[in-house]
Amino acid sequence: MMSSVANRYPLHLRALIYGFILLWVLMAAFPFFWTLWGSFKVELDFFSIANWTNAITGQNTFNTYGSSFTDTGYLGAWIQEEFWRSAINTSIVCFFVVCTSLTIGTLGGYALSRSGYRYTFWLLITALIFRAMPPITLVSGYLLPFFEWNLWGILPTTIIVLVAINQPFTLWMLHSFFQSIPKELDESAKVDGCSQFQAFRFVIIPVMWPGVITTGLFSFLLAYNDFAVTSMLLSDENRTMVPKIAAFLGTTYTEGNVMFAVAAVVSATAPLFILVMFFQRRIVSGLTAGAVKG
Amino acid sequence: MLLFIAFPLVSVVLQSVHTPHEAVLVTVETCGPFGCSQETAIDQDATSALRTSEPLGRFVGFDIYLDRAHLAVGEVKEAWAVADNWDGFFDAIGNLPFYRAMAFTLTFTFTVTPILIIFGLMIALGVNALSEKIKGVVIFVSLLPMIVTPLIGSLILFWMIDSRGILGNAIQWLAADPDLSLKASTILTWVMLIVYGVWHSAPFAFVVFYAGLQTLPMDQIESARIDGASRWQQVRYVIVPHLMPLITFVALIQLMDNFRVFEPIVGFNAEAHATSLSWIIFNDLGGETRQLSAAATSSMLTIFGVAILLSPVLWRTWQDFKGKS
Amino acid sequence: MYLKNIALASAVAIMASTAAHACNISARVSVVGNEFPAIQTVGAGAQACSGGDVSTNLTADHQKINVAGMSGNPAEYTSAIIANSSIVALMNNDVIRPLDDLVAKHGKDLKKNQLITINGKVMAVAFMANAQHLVYRDDVLKKIGMEPPKTYENMLAAAEKIRTAGIMQNPVGGAYKAGWNLAQEFNNMFLGYGGSHFKDGSAQPNVNSEAGVNALNMMKALSAYMNPDFLTHDSNATNAEFRAGNVAIMNMWGSRAATLVDVDGVSAEVKNGMNIAGPMTVGGGNTPASTLWWDGWTVAKNVSDAEAEATFIAMMNGIDPSILKDEEIRKQAVWLIDGYSPTDAARGVFAAAQASTIPYPMLPYMGLLHTALGAELSDFMQGKESAEQALSDVEAAYIAAAKEKGFL
Repeated sequence: MMSSVANRYPLHLRALIYGFILLWVLMAAFPFFWTLWGSFKVELDFFSIANWTNAITGQNTFNTYGSSFTDTGYLGAWIQEEFWRSAINTSIVCFFVVCTSLTIGTLGGYALSRSGYRYTFWLLITALIFRAMPPITLVSGYLLPFFEWNLWGILPTTIIVLVAINQPFTLWMLHSFFQSIPKELDESAKVDGCSQFQAFRFVIIPVMWPGVITTGLFSFLLAYNDFAVTSMLLSDENRTMVPKIAAFLGTTYTEGNVMFAVAAVVSATAPLFILVMFFQRRIVSGLTAGAVKG
Repeated sequence: MLLFIAFPLVSVVLQSVHTPHEAVLVTVETCGPFGCSQETAIDQDATSALRTSEPLGRFVGFDIYLDRAHLAVGEVKEAWAVADNWDGFFDAIGNLPFYRAMAFTLTFTFTVTPILIIFGLMIALGVNALSEKIKGVVIFVSLLPMIVTPLIGSLILFWMIDSRGILGNAIQWLAADPDLSLKASTILTWVMLIVYGVWHSAPFAFVVFYAGLQTLPMDQIESARIDGASRWQQVRYVIVPHLMPLITFVALIQLMDNFRVFEPIVGFNAEAHATSLSWIIFNDLGGETRQLSAAATSSMLTIFGVAILLSPVLWRTWQDFKGKS
Repeated sequence: MYLKNIALASAVAIMASTAAHACNISARVSVVGNEFPAIQTVGAGAQACSGGDVSTNLTADHQKINVAGMSGNPAEYTSAIIANSSIVALMNNDVIRPLDDLVAKHGKDLKKNQLITINGKVMAVAFMANAQHLVYRDDVLKKIGMEPPKTYENMLAAAEKIRTAGIMQNPVGGAYKAGWNLAQEFNNMFLGYGGSHFKDGSAQPNVNSEAGVNALNMMKALSAYMNPDFLTHDSNATNAEFRAGNVAIMNMWGSRAATLVDVDGVSAEVKNGMNIAGPMTVGGGNTPASTLWWDGWTVAKNVSDAEAEATFIAMMNGIDPSILKDEEIRKQAVWLIDGYSPTDAARGVFAAAQASTIPYPMLPYMGLLHTALGAELSDFMQGKESAEQALSDVEAAYIAAAKEKGFL
């Protein structure tokens, strides 16, 4: 459908669009490919303080290993430092955070968007105020009770906190999406004799996926990228990937191993590639078929 | 869920109007690996009696809100009395941590938010016009700035823009100034943070707008075209109004997030040039002695700031609500 | 950086060596601490004990969680590994217990100088020391015909010579990153000029003084020979500059000296040229412009006596003199443990201790002043305000914080 639209663009406009997208793709991807390239080098080449061309040629890597590429960073991160443990922890946290916040968010967002009561407005505002609070304050407030109730350091606690922090966002986003689905849809279903729940089940669910998947993507990225919560609330063996990567970087007292961190970042992005490729197909193709036509 | 929302809010409000008890100090002899010396310590027996009688601490009302680390009312009044012109007044105000942080935060918020909305919309429209085959790859690549962990993402960019990094070198070459350093100048640091802010958040706006474009009513576009609307007019009068709820939503979330700007400041080691309220909280909590009341007060000020910032958007939402019921 | 293989090697070494000293405990032990290799070694030693569950949580964020983790009753952590700056937070919150009875019962082998006593009560057991001192490139100094500088004035002269000789553009390195690092460099210089941070016996600040202004001016003079981005350079970035051969003289942490040039890809020139010496003095004073640090462990107050005893026994096993048989472990730190003979990399810290460098002040309100210094000095370093103005800002910021915490 869309490609037919694209074909109707005049040539100069198409050139402009492709040129702009190419520029953006370069901007978005260049730092990442630079990292990917650099992850096979030694630290002195990656940061290339002496001369920036070292990062491309790998001069110091060659001097050390006799080749311009080395997999020491990857071996170190995955085998020596057991990065796979953190990868498993991250998958557990992400899976539960996304499922929980989408379930609550979908039901809540739909209810709020269809309700005309005043309290719904104030509920949304409360959610907003909660989101306005810097996470770092929240976490330091949680610390003491969590230690006292013996909940500190385990994955479920972190999942609940991440869901709580994420929920206002999910609620608002799905609320906006449901509002863009015309009320007439479920009203006509109700005229046909459906209950409110049936209307939701048979009319809304088929058309809500683009919004839900987009929201799910953001919930996922939040859980995946979070540092403030996971670094403070998880014990050593339960660490997720991001605090683990941060631990590779070192402190005032001691040397870090930056290349472990770089290799870890690159390898952590690979599963995301597959995930996004999978979801973008769903967003782009099948799902829009049931979408609203005005 | 209410527990997680109500409890922290109440505790932060309480903490911001209480401070720890006055410490009873005693001088004691302290010995360690490097010899002995007379040092001051807290008399725990005397202090613990105070603590048990009033576990919340001293009630101080709005004192912390008004002290130098926050609204600095006394210092502002003095600066007003002393300064003979506006420049002198603003210099004195700019020396106070809260106002210095606000100067950067507001500049950052009001440049990044509009730019990223326009940018995100342009990318979404552009990607939507691409052929099916390359769409998938472009969407993935567009998400990269969001996916790569901000902690590492900013570290990598920080090195790329170093005066010896690849981007830093390119900028020096473009500006024809071999001594140019982005990190040593306040203005350039601000520009760098703003560019990073747009780069990092544009994918968010893009994805939301792109999903919204999928529900675009084709017949409206069709009829607009039949009426002779140019492409620009189609965007202006059909697409943008259709996306308006999503634009409002993105504006809402981004105003809030940009007002709480924190990670780029830490990632780019920019605290010498730019600070924000979130950074102040981080600084208060990060020292050897944690200033909990100061951090709670800064958090409350952040919430007030966000509330003021969002009031136009919220007003709109309120109008929609009244219209609905 | 914590390398599991080091910890593992340590654990193996400890198990081999502690076969003779069986370590038996009868209660739970839980340790929180920083994550560098020396602490990993101590943690592994504690875990070698049998009879009770020993868990460790060694993380760079330990300071954010140790007070909360020891405040409950019973406390989550039975022991926290801390330094002289961070023990203050535990003392202020009254979460650690005096160790006199346990030292008498199980700690006869401890050297007197390992015991941290406050008001006559043993509050912590120190096991390693640290200090900032001179790190330099021997080959570069030889080229310009200078001895390693003993004073900061000499350092400036050497820097000027290196620059004019065209060897390096920015030969001086320094961890001057705005925040904790910059404040720490100020503390060094300020003490070197004979300053004292507080008015005698009170929490009133005393940095806006002649010594303070001198210290700031010296830092400004040094920064002219540093990379222009010096306000963004922490000790990691400074070391990276040194490894890349861009820096010839710097004031660096002793704990970093042993592994400074061990990273892959460092050129032979830098590797062979690197050398260390004691800290420098400044302004004709005798006190080195540096501070001494120790790391040690404590035992929580809110745990049962059985757990406290088990913790003490396990931690004693972690710092058992037999761990020093391992060459790797000997190099990890400047140990204060009995039987340690300094390695080559420990010379700088030993020289600092012998030159009666002042220990980092262990005062309840020092952390607040450190934070205030870190936030307010960067304006001066950028040339935006005068030294006096910067120091009066520091005092004002500190006073606001100290009033809030009840110290003033």
